[in-house]
Amino acid sequence: MRSKEKIIEGILLLCAAVSILTTIGILWVLISESSVFFLNVPLSDFLFDTQWTPLFAEKHFGILPLVSGTILTSFIAIVVALPIGLAIAVYLNEYAPKGFRKFIKPILEVLAAIPTVVYGYFALMVITPFLQQIFPQMAGFNALSPGIVMGIMIIPMISSLSEDALYAVPKSLREASYGIGATRFQTSFKVLIPAASSGIIVSVILAISRAVGETMIVAIAAGQQPRLTFNPFVPVETITTYIVQVSLGDVVQGSLEYQTIFAAGIALFLMTFVLNNISFYIKRKFEEKYE
Amino acid sequence: MSKRIDGNRLKDKMFHWFGIGCTIFGLVMLAIFLGSVLIEGLPRIDWQFFSSLPSRKPENAGILIPLLGTIWIMVLTSLVAIPLGVASGIYLEEYGKKSRIATIIEINITNLAGVPSIIYGLLALEVFVRILGLGKSLMAGSLTLALLILPIIIVATREALKAVPKTIREASYALGATKWQTTWFQVLPASSGGIVTGVILAISRAIGETAPLIVIGAMLYTTTVPTSPMDDFAILPIQIFNWLSRPQHGFIVNATAAIVVLLAITFILNGIAIYLRNRWQKKVKW
Repeated sequence: MRSKEKIIEGILLLCAAVSILTTIGILWVLISESSVFFLNVPLSDFLFDTQWTPLFAEKHFGILPLVSGTILTSFIAIVVALPIGLAIAVYLNEYAPKGFRKFIKPILEVLAAIPTVVYGYFALMVITPFLQQIFPQMAGFNALSPGIVMGIMIIPMISSLSEDALYAVPKSLREASYGIGATRFQTSFKVLIPAASSGIIVSVILAISRAVGETMIVAIAAGQQPRLTFNPFVPVETITTYIVQVSLGDVVQGSLEYQTIFAAGIALFLMTFVLNNISFYIKRKFEEKYE
Repeated sequence: MSKRIDGNRLKDKMFHWFGIGCTIFGLVMLAIFLGSVLIEGLPRIDWQFFSSLPSRKPENAGILIPLLGTIWIMVLTSLVAIPLGVASGIYLEEYGKKSRIATIIEINITNLAGVPSIIYGLLALEVFVRILGLGKSLMAGSLTLALLILPIIIVATREALKAVPKTIREASYALGATKWQTTWFQVLPASSGGIVTGVILAISRAIGETAPLIVIGAMLYTTTVPTSPMDDFAILPIQIFNWLSRPQHGFIVNATAAIVVLLAITFILNGIAIYLRNRWQKKVKW
């Protein structure tokens, strides 16, 4: 009986250890493949060259155009999602009748359940043609349209995490504010949002991280032209799109082109890793404050 | 003085409408998205569309192979991810609790949940496709997606186990049950509703994933029906991506119709999950 219990515990531990193996695997794959890449391409070229043309005859390996494409599309997404998501959170938390809130939340969650390839379709077939009527100079592939659609996709993320943070503010603060005659607007923006600020910041950082790692929307609607620009109307390429582009072609395994996707992957991994850990750090501090 | 109060009331009112506006914006966007897909895609869906192989002519092409691929992937991914994820959740919540290794695993899982899905594709390309020699098979794809959704299942399992009150465990111990007997016969059945809900949501996430499978080289033009886990495959999202990148309008219509099918599967899974969660929450009153 005793030994059986021990064996079962051992098996459970092994299963749990798979997640550690996954992390080790990811780090090992990224580092081992890209270290070969960096033997051939100096790190300074990778970081500071302003062109990314590994698939052309004249090769340049500057990651900056891919990083700028990633930042541009993510920035547009946040500009859309932050005000709308936060306004929804405040509205549902302070203004909306309870029944309406119960009814609206699951519907908004549907936005988060839609596969990203479907959002890519919306960006390409619905939003881009619509925007082209307003901005005739806009190219068929551009950063603006997938950025906006990505923003719509992460609205539920910001609104529901922020609402949780607002909801967690102690009732006494809210009541004290109403007690001295503040309006709902004043209570929300001068008391609740400052008190819940760390939770809100966490939601925003996680949303940015999600946008940075998003692949299909930008692969479908942003184009595949690495270009160091912050012009939202022209085609750009993100880090994720580049990896997709290479994966779709016939790149010989073991070649320098093949290794570029791991070098790009490590840049992407580092960006999201830093963002995620900033949010964990803020979250931990926040929890300490309230407990 | 009264002017300021009026101003504040006005701001309050204005924000009220702004909040309603933003909420409606979200709903309207959702409606436009779904509406445009249904209008364009629904008329294309018929028996031919479900039963046909890929074709160079859009009106002859169908989703038989990617649909079967998605079903295969769903089953294989579940077979790998559910036992692993639930076992990990049990270990972390019931056994490891405060041990060092459990803490490390926990931090690790939080980090994994934030890794972009395409990075899992790079991992799989190297480990499953090359080192384990699985090639671009269904098995390689399923293992990739299983790793991707593992954190979701683990977190859901832990939440469900956490919700089971201590008294149930203590009553079981008092009757002389061992830790595993308590977990298997008391805690797991009591938390099954929450676990199943989490698992279904995770699976629905998996079948919508595209990027990691493109990276491992899932075939865009497979022309044979998959019959074993080692076969090449296509899945609905990749078929949609493929059709979207073609210039002919007919293929765009096909992509829209395939989106309707993919959304239907996703929404049915989510609906089942929400239904089970509500039923479970109503039934269980501790």
